[in-house]
Amino acid sequence: MIRRILVASVVSIFLCTVVFGFAYPVLMTGIGQAAFPSQANGSLIHYNGRVVGSTLAAQLFSSPGTFHERPSATSPAYNAAFTTFANLGPTNPALATLVATNAKAVLKLEQPYNPGLTIHQIPVDAVTPSASGIDPDISLAYAQLQAPRVAAVRNLSLAAVETLIHQNTDGRWLGFFGEPGVNVVKLNLALIKLGGT
Amino acid sequence: MGQGIAQILVFVAILIAAAYAFSAYMARVFADDSGFLTRGRLRFLGAPERGFFRAIGDKTAKEQTWKEYAAHLLGFSFLFVLLLYAIQRLQGHLFLNPQHMVGVSDFISFNTAASFLTNTNWQYYAGESTMSYLTQMAGLAVQNFVSAAVGIAAMIALFRGFTRRESGTVGNFWRDLYRALVYVLLPLALVASVILIAAGVPQTFAHYATVHTLGGGTQTIARGPVASQIAIKHLGTNGGGFYNSNSAVPFEGPGSFGGYFELFLELLIPFASVFLFGRLIRGMRNAVAIFVSMFILFSVGVGTVYAAEQHGSPVLRKSGVNITTSAQQTGGNMTDKEVRFGIAESAIFENGTTVTSTGAVISGHDAYTPLGGGVLLTNIFLGEIIFGGVGSGMYGILFIIVLAVFVAGLMVGRTPEYLGKKIEAREVKLAALGALFSAVLILVLTAAAVVTKSGLASIYNPGAHGFTEALYAYTSQGGNNGSAFAGYGGTPFSAYLGGIDMLFARFVPMIAALALAGSLARKRLVPASAGTFRTDGGTFVAVLVGMIIFTAGLMLLPALFLGPIVEGLMH
Repeated sequence: MIRRILVASVVSIFLCTVVFGFAYPVLMTGIGQAAFPSQANGSLIHYNGRVVGSTLAAQLFSSPGTFHERPSATSPAYNAAFTTFANLGPTNPALATLVATNAKAVLKLEQPYNPGLTIHQIPVDAVTPSASGIDPDISLAYAQLQAPRVAAVRNLSLAAVETLIHQNTDGRWLGFFGEPGVNVVKLNLALIKLGGT
Repeated sequence: MGQGIAQILVFVAILIAAAYAFSAYMARVFADDSGFLTRGRLRFLGAPERGFFRAIGDKTAKEQTWKEYAAHLLGFSFLFVLLLYAIQRLQGHLFLNPQHMVGVSDFISFNTAASFLTNTNWQYYAGESTMSYLTQMAGLAVQNFVSAAVGIAAMIALFRGFTRRESGTVGNFWRDLYRALVYVLLPLALVASVILIAAGVPQTFAHYATVHTLGGGTQTIARGPVASQIAIKHLGTNGGGFYNSNSAVPFEGPGSFGGYFELFLELLIPFASVFLFGRLIRGMRNAVAIFVSMFILFSVGVGTVYAAEQHGSPVLRKSGVNITTSAQQTGGNMTDKEVRFGIAESAIFENGTTVTSTGAVISGHDAYTPLGGGVLLTNIFLGEIIFGGVGSGMYGILFIIVLAVFVAGLMVGRTPEYLGKKIEAREVKLAALGALFSAVLILVLTAAAVVTKSGLASIYNPGAHGFTEALYAYTSQGGNNGSAFAGYGGTPFSAYLGGIDMLFARFVPMIAALALAGSLARKRLVPASAGTFRTDGGTFVAVLVGMIIFTAGLMLLPALFLGPIVEGLMH
């Protein structure tokens, strides 16, 4: 019986590896590259003859004329080749410190353009690390909080910036499932295309 | 929360309808007299199946006793795991390694091999910075198929224990394995992969992309043969991600679509398996009673986690930032959650992933509120039987049912029976072993991990939450789940301890299920009488839910006090 088990196992292991380990992913790659080449290669964005990012990965924006992403726990921030959670527990003092620091930074950046802004108006996604570290989306609330700054720095009307926000908001799936999110990479690219700094 | 609740309800309704329909297909694949795939219009499928049996030297697909079935299953599994270990160790010298990943260390390789063999997919490594394309697709993803199919095979064998009478055999392992792989998992994976690619999951052999960001820096974007692996990762309730942050990463769980679609994939077969049981035993009312019991516990979990996370974590509530739901934001505990998923989708996904032994995540469990995280932990500890893993969930719940029928029999003073099979001492012993083994193992290993210096080194967060991290780690591995309070770190000590946890917790109950199958198949059928305890009504649902809570739930309670409950009360 042992010999029969060995033979059957070794043959099956070989067949499984060939079929599921090679034939299947190769076939899928063929179909993916033929039918959906953009998605299959990482949803990369081309602009001015260069690859400038992916619509599915946050990237670092630090200039005042751009919308900023959510905080990231990866090292360095927005590392799309080593994603990670922050893993700070719900009662961890380190999380309290991190949130306070982030909130302070947001206040300092936005207060000049949002007179009377207090911490109570800062949306939670602006100060909490995302799960992937490369969450490309921010809430509509956080985008609207940043809009006056971006408009002022870029010399645009607030209405123009708000229009861009809405154009670069991914709605719920089928308008029903999940939550809407403003894609910061797409939004900033739209701003750049509009001209200015 | 109204919109969120509506999403969840619509999703669940679609899922149940699809699972019910799919169970009819599965019934035709696995019925003893099944020949529809090898006769008639589909007879071209018969040739590869016959070819497979010739190749493995089992031309007639001879019926096996439960012991032979178990021996073939174990032989296959343990030879396969050697290959997986070897691929990881040697990947630095092998092909399909465009990122020049070096060989994986011995303790991570051991833990990962055990992890994928046992359908756990606990990850002590970050996929995109550790594993070569070869390891991901020809090592890990293959086990995603195979471990799921092995679970289905064991489940089908146990079902035969109820459908056969006075039979010395429980089926042929290779036929069950082949049919699960080729007729159930593969077609679904092909379709799911294409849909995932269309939604944005990469599928390429090109090396990682380097881009020049709009802000003037550079960014490396990890990609690879991702979609093909992610499809089966969910379908097989495996859960091991290509990326470290799993399906929270937009490349692995793209758009608001990603979470719900992948959750659909991972719940489809577990939901369908309950109906499949009803079809094969020709007693759908019995299956519906099981389904309702599971569904009650599932709903309580989803509701609790949703409410707890929407309420926000203690730190965030104190911080003063705005966590209120409005048209402009989801609010709630957004730490380690993604904007496109928000709270509702995250809550149902994480419940789905913990009740089914999948362990894929779209948000970080370590950051969940004490109550929310406590529910996820409890889901796993109850034994992965609220729908449960592919295959393993159904044999897991049948252990509990045998115990429930036994207890009910004691109360009314009759010999217990289920579906016409007398439940006697041997069956009760095997069921108790199957139902309680993992729970005991988890508690013993958690204790070992929190009283030793090397064990404590793995803990990341301070205080009671740190204890929960350790408890969650051994519960997740012992439940063959694979999700994590991911701050818990991979020291050699915890990697080996976890590997042992996964191997025993997978195969001891599985062998118990096969032994139970053998024992039941031999029995005569006892005709139902007026005194037979009904197993298809509301009373049975109450008994079963009670039994689920009393068997594993009570064992967990003291540990819950030390972890999530203390953490919740102190803040």
